[in-house]
Amino acid sequence: MITLHHYLVVAALLFTIGIVCVISRRNAIGILIGIELILNAANLNLIAFSRYFEVGLEGQVFAIFVIILAACEAAIALAILISLFASFGTIDVDAAQRMKR
Amino acid sequence: MGNVVFAIIFYALVVMVLVSAVAAAFLRNIVMAAFALFFTLLGMAGFYVLLGADFLAITQVVVYVGGILILLLFGVLLTHRSIETLELETRGTYVLGIFGGLLVYGVLHYFLFSVSWPTPLMKPLEPTTAAIGQLLLSKYLLPFEVSSVTLLIALIGAAYLVRRRDT
Amino acid sequence: MLNIAICIIAIPFVALVVHTFLSARMPRRGDWFATGAVFLSLGLACWLFVQMLFSPTPIYINFHIDWLNLGSRIIPAGILLDHLTIVMLVVVTLVSALVYLFSIGYMHGDVRYGRYFSYLLLFTTSMLGLVLANNLLVLYIFWELVGLSSYLLIGHWFERDTAAKAALKAFIVTRIGDVGMFFGILRIYFHLGTFDYEAIFQAVANGTLSGNIRVLAGLGIFFGAMGKSAQFPLHVWLPDAMEGPTPISALIHAATMVAAGVYLVGRMFLIFDPTVLLIIAYIGCFTALFAATIAVVMDDMKKVLAYSTISQLGYMMLGLGVGGYVAGLFHLTTHASFKALLFLGSGSVIHALGTQSMREMGGLRKKMPVTTVTFLIGTLAIVGCPFFAGFYSKDAIIGAALAFGLHHPQHLALFLVSVFTAGLTAFYMFRLFFKTFTGSPRDQEKFHHAHESPLVMTIPLVVLAFLAIVSGHGGWFQKYNPAPQLSTYEAQQVAEHASHVQPEASSSFAANRLVPAGTPVAEHGAEEIADEEELEHRAHLGAMVASTLFGAIGFFLAYLMFFKRRLSSAAIIQRFRAVYTLLSNKYYIDDFFHAVLVRTLHAVVWLVGVFDKYVIDGLVNFSGLATRFTSWLVGKFDNIAVDGAVNGTAWTTGILGEILSLSQTGRIRNYLLFIVLGIVTLVTVFVFIK
Repeated sequence: MITLHHYLVVAALLFTIGIVCVISRRNAIGILIGIELILNAANLNLIAFSRYFEVGLEGQVFAIFVIILAACEAAIALAILISLFASFGTIDVDAAQRMKR
Repeated sequence: MGNVVFAIIFYALVVMVLVSAVAAAFLRNIVMAAFALFFTLLGMAGFYVLLGADFLAITQVVVYVGGILILLLFGVLLTHRSIETLELETRGTYVLGIFGGLLVYGVLHYFLFSVSWPTPLMKPLEPTTAAIGQLLLSKYLLPFEVSSVTLLIALIGAAYLVRRRDT
Repeated sequence: MLNIAICIIAIPFVALVVHTFLSARMPRRGDWFATGAVFLSLGLACWLFVQMLFSPTPIYINFHIDWLNLGSRIIPAGILLDHLTIVMLVVVTLVSALVYLFSIGYMHGDVRYGRYFSYLLLFTTSMLGLVLANNLLVLYIFWELVGLSSYLLIGHWFERDTAAKAALKAFIVTRIGDVGMFFGILRIYFHLGTFDYEAIFQAVANGTLSGNIRVLAGLGIFFGAMGKSAQFPLHVWLPDAMEGPTPISALIHAATMVAAGVYLVGRMFLIFDPTVLLIIAYIGCFTALFAATIAVVMDDMKKVLAYSTISQLGYMMLGLGVGGYVAGLFHLTTHASFKALLFLGSGSVIHALGTQSMREMGGLRKKMPVTTVTFLIGTLAIVGCPFFAGFYSKDAIIGAALAFGLHHPQHLALFLVSVFTAGLTAFYMFRLFFKTFTGSPRDQEKFHHAHESPLVMTIPLVVLAFLAIVSGHGGWFQKYNPAPQLSTYEAQQVAEHASHVQPEASSSFAANRLVPAGTPVAEHGAEEIADEEELEHRAHLGAMVASTLFGAIGFFLAYLMFFKRRLSSAAIIQRFRAVYTLLSNKYYIDDFFHAVLVRTLHAVVWLVGVFDKYVIDGLVNFSGLATRFTSWLVGKFDNIAVDGAVNGTAWTTGILGEILSLSQTGRIRNYLLFIVLGIVTLVTVFVFIK
């Protein structure tokens, strides 16, 4: 019997993997992959709650908004990434450290 | 019987999602990582199907797999100079990440197992597309319109950011 | 009628406002404008006067509106129009109008010609307001305004130190009287809750206002009248006030403003207790004699007239004090005409010669015929020569004093002194006349330049001379004077009151008024009233004979000394040098005031100064020192402790910043880790530490 708890555990694991990815990656595209993982974990939670609670389809609608924002984020992130590459000649975020004291 | 099949499908999807997610997170070659993410996202769509969210499963495939992932690959293509730039990470870079990840999972784990989640209430599986459409154009009309405008602004902003400066 | 009364005061007021702001742009500085306005008022006042003469019933209008609404108390303001008011209106506007006319000639070419007329309008307006007021508060306001305009006009030539000082002196001395007056007004108000004449008289009639409160209130109000009417000892300001332009002396300090005190006593006559009336009589009598003796030795033409004015005001007070209500106010009216005439005549002389000292005059008869004749008429009027105005009015007063003295032999001195003063008056006035207009000129050069004054100055003289002759005739004042008017009004109330209190009290009021002092009210029955009328009639005859006799003696003495020069004035002065010195120093009253009051004041001021210098300044300096010491301490504390703390904080912050800045790697990944750590910490804190 698959319960809400199973989904939540999967989502938590996925979220953790996303966090690890975001913190570890030096490659800007890698960070973006991590963010997508985190967003997907959140979406899984939303849809699971929507399924197992007597609340209608609000969770799914929220998930749609999350997907829309993910698309926006991806577009902006790619633009920033290209700008970064134009400025530093690399997409290594550790190289972009002019703010360092 | 149906439950067993359901469970088998579920655990297969769990393995697929988690393994590909770990691969996406840890593979040094960024192109390989992107392909791993592809499988993660597909697995997520499978979860959505299991949860009865048919419209979202399709959306997931179309937007993520067909859009965002392609965008990522475009990013790779536009920004790499040599094979070295694709593999920036060393083992040392993962130490901090794993440390942070463990902390986060610790907190999440505490909540997952200290709260008694309500008894599952299995609603009958129905097509959701029409209902979601109703909601988006009635109750959530304003957020829907705002998000569409946000999308438009994001696209214009992205185009502005990547324009050629010297013209 | 009420509308006319309002117009009479409104016209000068509007003219005042317009003239004050626009006189600089008017041709001739707007003198014609001011004069025209006052003549218009004069016309209206005369119209009222004619109506009064031909009115079958006494005129009595009391109009008022709510002026100040002070919550629970409402103070009305309004106009009281009765015979006294109408007579005063005519006096004020008539003398004003003539003085304005005279001023056009006299003040010609003055530096502040326009302002002079503005002040004059201010004076006329406030004097009319004073006369028209129907309650004490409004009267007091105009009373002060009159004092203010007097101050401004005395100080018209404020470049002269003496004029500036005289203005201040006049203002301060009259203010001393006003304090008493204000006290009296407040005493009445706190007792009765009203300022209204009518209500006050009613309260007197029905006994609400009686006893000590009535005495105190009466004394307070009389004190104000003393200040304004220059009664001893508050007379000192009036001779000094002669520093002002001569037309001002004529208008304010002879005819109208100084008479305001007499008017006030007449107006408030009913509130005066018999005791207070006796005090008034004695003060008036003493002032009359006292001022007349000084006038005998003065050499300054205007000073003689000033002391003469004080003396005549004393007569009026005496008349009122002995119950000769009609006589006192009658003398006020006639005096206004002939004293204004005398002052304007002296102004004409001063204008011609440029000096006020009689030592430099003489023989002006040939050069200034009109002035001489009119001045002679004024002199005859004031000394009480038969068939001139002063004869009737002054004899009325002396007669009242005699009647009073016959009734109360212990007060016969009032009569004797007043008759003697009449002789003195004749002496000093003819001395003035002879020294100025007859004989040979003492200063040839000034005499050579002398000339008759222009028409604008002689016309007022002629008009006033005419009035000085006729205003005493016909008994019009006795017939239409305010006294019967007031008494009928009053008698009604007394009768009403008496009818249900006690039968014989009905005559108490009349007795009270006609025989003010010393007599118990109950003694007077109706027969005694009749007796008194008989007595008064006989007293008038006797007084007439006596005063004429004394006047003649005074005249002959002056004639012999200053015209025929049979008697040498110098020899007499030599003989009575001590007396002469005393008189010419004005009994040292001013010096006394200066020595006692001013010195005392200076001593007090000096003491206060010393106190201020050593005690207050000491305190201030000590607190300054203490403050300096404290601030030095605080400065030290600041330097060491506070600055130390600040520097320490800064240093610590710097060190911490150095340490923490190590975390600022500039790597996004590290920042992300910190975010995660922060969230985890927060959640941990919220969840596990409750």
